[in-house]
Amino acid sequence: MSIDTETARRVAKLARIKVEDDALPALASEFSAILGFIEQLNEVDVEGVEPMTSVTPQRLKRRADVVTDGNQQAAVLKNAPDAREGFFAVPKVVE
Amino acid sequence: MSDLTKLTIAQARDAMRKGDTTSAEITSACLSAIEGADALGAFVHHTPEIAQTQAASADTRIKAGDAPDMCGIPLGIKDLFCTKGVPSQAASRILEGFKPEYESTITSQLFDAGAVMLGKLNMDEFAMGSSNETSVYGNAVNPWKRAGDNAALTPGGSSGGSASAVAADLCLAATGTDTGGSIRQPAAFTGITGLKPTYGRVSRWGIVAFASSLDQAGPMTKDVRDAAIMLTAMSGHDPLDSTSADIAVPDFEAALTGDIRGKTIGIPKEYRMDGMPAEIEKLWEDGTAMLKDAGAKIVDITLPHTKYALPAYYVIAPAEASSNLARYDGVRFGHRAKLAHGDGITEMYEKTRAEGFGPEVQRRVMVGTYVLSAGFYDAYYNRARRVRALIKQDFDKVFADGVDAILTPATPSAAFGLGEMTNADPIQMYLNDVFTVTVNLAGLPGIAVPTGQNAQGLPMGLQLIGRPWEEGDLLNVAYSLEQSAGFVAKPAKWW
Repeated sequence: MSIDTETARRVAKLARIKVEDDALPALASEFSAILGFIEQLNEVDVEGVEPMTSVTPQRLKRRADVVTDGNQQAAVLKNAPDAREGFFAVPKVVE
Repeated sequence: MSDLTKLTIAQARDAMRKGDTTSAEITSACLSAIEGADALGAFVHHTPEIAQTQAASADTRIKAGDAPDMCGIPLGIKDLFCTKGVPSQAASRILEGFKPEYESTITSQLFDAGAVMLGKLNMDEFAMGSSNETSVYGNAVNPWKRAGDNAALTPGGSSGGSASAVAADLCLAATGTDTGGSIRQPAAFTGITGLKPTYGRVSRWGIVAFASSLDQAGPMTKDVRDAAIMLTAMSGHDPLDSTSADIAVPDFEAALTGDIRGKTIGIPKEYRMDGMPAEIEKLWEDGTAMLKDAGAKIVDITLPHTKYALPAYYVIAPAEASSNLARYDGVRFGHRAKLAHGDGITEMYEKTRAEGFGPEVQRRVMVGTYVLSAGFYDAYYNRARRVRALIKQDFDKVFADGVDAILTPATPSAAFGLGEMTNADPIQMYLNDVFTVTVNLAGLPGIAVPTGQNAQGLPMGLQLIGRPWEEGDLLNVAYSLEQSAGFVAKPAKWW
């Protein structure tokens, strides 16, 4: 399958990665090569095969529904690029 | 004692217990070796103060007779592991300056057992790569060189710094992680031993996630015994990782009898690839003969879906990566782009991720985004997961037929030159994982053991694949192979 620059632009947008216009054609051709490689999977008969959800057959462990952690505001904010008054700060979201 | 940095974990443990040396001495020898090894690019964050403090308390424990096997052993830690208060940035610009407020479960277990951290090790960015050339720190370099050729070679990837550091005797052992071959391929390229455990054997908590259904950490060591010792210390159930298995951890070292009489070893015909170099073919045949001479029964087996492992992997791993890496958005940790006047939150995300992720990471995140996007989810992602189920069934059948372990080459070639693949298309690089990636998709344990050298003197390794949860048995077959191969070559020091 061949990926055009419009699709490459859309994927970059979905992935929230800024790609300049002049870089889109090269990106599209790389995607095409990778997807071409992936398309070999169409040769496999997967009729009746369930998609794998867990590589080891196991039930997720359960635990009591109680608070196990908390009161770590300072530690949580420690690595933030911008933290103010106990919150993460970001550019204005709502106009 | 001389050459303290060359000791194996087992030798160092025994020598410290006898009082022949101390952790402080071995640690200081390693720190000096690291200081003189900048050219290898292996250690990217140095933690000598932590190392000296840990070594001093290890020596107290050893004196008091309270010393687990890993006590006092100086290690290098892959940069993918979160280590409290120490930079942990997965070799990415996007985690520049990040110092975790917590310690990964594996490093906690190792340090509780008395192990010593010398520093953090280079790797491919977010563990995405097979040559350690995608790191924000620059390349890690293989201590081995081709005979009569000065060209710098890759130590492999993604655990390239770990492999280089262990092979060059900068540390006694290192942690690695393996999503598609990232422990076993670099181990094979540098003449060391690398083990990827069964999925769920070790906790993933506190390890920067790449593809959660495939990622597994493991030891990178100078020999098989050390892999057994270190795996025992790393393993175990962790309530913080819901996929870590709540099953008993045996003493893996105790499994090393070297007796493999009556074991059945499978040789999969699908791993005999077109264009496989003759030296790899011969290595594989020699390894088969060694196991046969040691009393194992050799059988030809078939793993019919092998060919589809790499394409399935290059759907599943990017899909999971695109989801896992969504957290790097410039809000909670790491890099945030400088914004222009009027930029809103979307520009902040897009600029931050464009500046913070390198080209290979961007490529995989976008491929993952594409295969998960509306309209393509079934055609790519679900199909890949169904093929993955078939790949696992191939192994299930073989093991049900009585095969104890499977012998394959670890890599399609010996180490290649840094920069040699720069202009190749990304898929050429992906082919490095052709023999290892099936093991991650099936959740099995796999180990790379050095068994020979090519015509240019470079190390080459074989891979053994074991039954799930039977790392003890797998290590014992690997131990037998190691004994027969007698690989003792070391790289000549040039750095």
